[in-house]
Amino acid sequence: MLKIISNIGRYSFMMWLVFSKPQKFKMFWRRFLEEIQLIGIESFPIVMLMSVFMGGVISLQTAANMDLPYLPAYTIGYITRSSTILEFSPTIISLILAGKVGSNVSSEIGMMRVTEQIDALEIMGVNSLNYLVLPKITAAVVFFPLLVTFSIGLSLLGGWLALLGSGLSSTDTYIFGLRSFFKVSDITYALSKSVVFAFLIVSISSFYGYYTKGGAIDVGRSSTKAVVNSSVAILIANFFITQMFLLK
Amino acid sequence: MIEVKGVSKQFGEHLVLDNVSTSFEKGKVNLIIGSSGQGKSVLAKCIVGLHPVTSGQILYNGTDFCTMDENAMREIRKQIGMLFQGAALFDSMTVEDNISFPLQMFTKMTLGERKKQVDFCLERVNLSGKNKLYPAECSGGMQKRVAIARAIVMNPNYLFCDEPNSGLDPKTSILIDELIKEITYEFNTTTIVITHDMNSVIEIGDNITFMHQGKNWWSGTKEEIIKTTNPEIIDFVYASKFMKQIKGKLTEI
Repeated sequence: MLKIISNIGRYSFMMWLVFSKPQKFKMFWRRFLEEIQLIGIESFPIVMLMSVFMGGVISLQTAANMDLPYLPAYTIGYITRSSTILEFSPTIISLILAGKVGSNVSSEIGMMRVTEQIDALEIMGVNSLNYLVLPKITAAVVFFPLLVTFSIGLSLLGGWLALLGSGLSSTDTYIFGLRSFFKVSDITYALSKSVVFAFLIVSISSFYGYYTKGGAIDVGRSSTKAVVNSSVAILIANFFITQMFLLK
Repeated sequence: MIEVKGVSKQFGEHLVLDNVSTSFEKGKVNLIIGSSGQGKSVLAKCIVGLHPVTSGQILYNGTDFCTMDENAMREIRKQIGMLFQGAALFDSMTVEDNISFPLQMFTKMTLGERKKQVDFCLERVNLSGKNKLYPAECSGGMQKRVAIARAIVMNPNYLFCDEPNSGLDPKTSILIDELIKEITYEFNTTTIVITHDMNSVIEIGDNITFMHQGKNWWSGTKEEIIKTTNPEIIDFVYASKFMKQIKGKLTEI
């Protein structure tokens, strides 16, 4: 318990140092673009693969379980859209990215710590947390909503392709289902979640990386802790955000 | 000039530095020597502020570094160049980017001016033309020299070297030692070298602080350390067979 309180204290102090004014905006901008590439653009392939198959599975599962005759055929499209926007794209994709981005961020910063590169930055007079972590958080917060939007589109496409291949529903009915009872607030909800999850993944992973002590084995341990704890944080945050948005 | 006054450092229950007092002169190579685990590196890290001291004062030209806020501390650190034991080069950057990093971060120099300064530093450490190499493509000795070039690029007032010869062959060690000595006199820096290499003590040491059991056990010059009768220092200085063999010759220096 004492360790949890101590970690929360250290995490809060770390965030205070991270969110100070960049010492040189030009350097921040350069680092931000590098992180957009690393955290954002390089995540497209995994998001694409996951989303297409996820959408396909949701639509097939829904179609296969529609035993009741009074359920309209467009329900498949409706359920695929709702599940994708509300949960699958923002939450499942964020959990996948917690693995990919979280381990990358934690091991990169952890390795810099054990090889004294962070000490070198501090000795030069650089605020190492601000220099290393702020561009990562900013890039993730900016780019995750784009990834989730991209994921929603591909997931719905995957659902359509699965139905087309299996012949369980027609294109018109599926599209009619996608458009039924659509609420813009669902998109706001999904994108808001992605912003919160992006912040949690990168900040928690940076925390475990930055406070790594020891050598290569400890960098690996920090990386594992980063992925596990950011996944847990996503699930807890998801619960509270759902309460805030959908049950108000 | 850097003065250390009554500095103690405790990690949990373990007292690593016990009321250490010493001073490091400007324009001289000041060595901190001692066996492994005696608190040399911890003392150096306390002096540069990487470890907060438990008690005591560290004065940079009379100003207490320990009571400064984070921003004031960073201003002092901009005057410090440090050579780490493992070089600590940024492995995602080329040699040139590593050296020009502090210039990009803290000066308004143009690209051309930065390039000129980087080339000057590389020439100073005999690495001209190696600008585009990555640290992984450099040998251990080259990495140390790049780290020295990075440490001097901002014309620092203070130069710290943490075991500059570790992992290097004797010939390269001598080159690095000579480089540190030349840079100290050329840039008039307050240089602090942490080492347990007796060759460095004899070659470059102007002032020597001997650390033992977390205390400043002894301070003096290299001539004095060779002639001392202190048993702990004799154990350290003449630990190797070679040093024992040349003991008589050394005391004649």
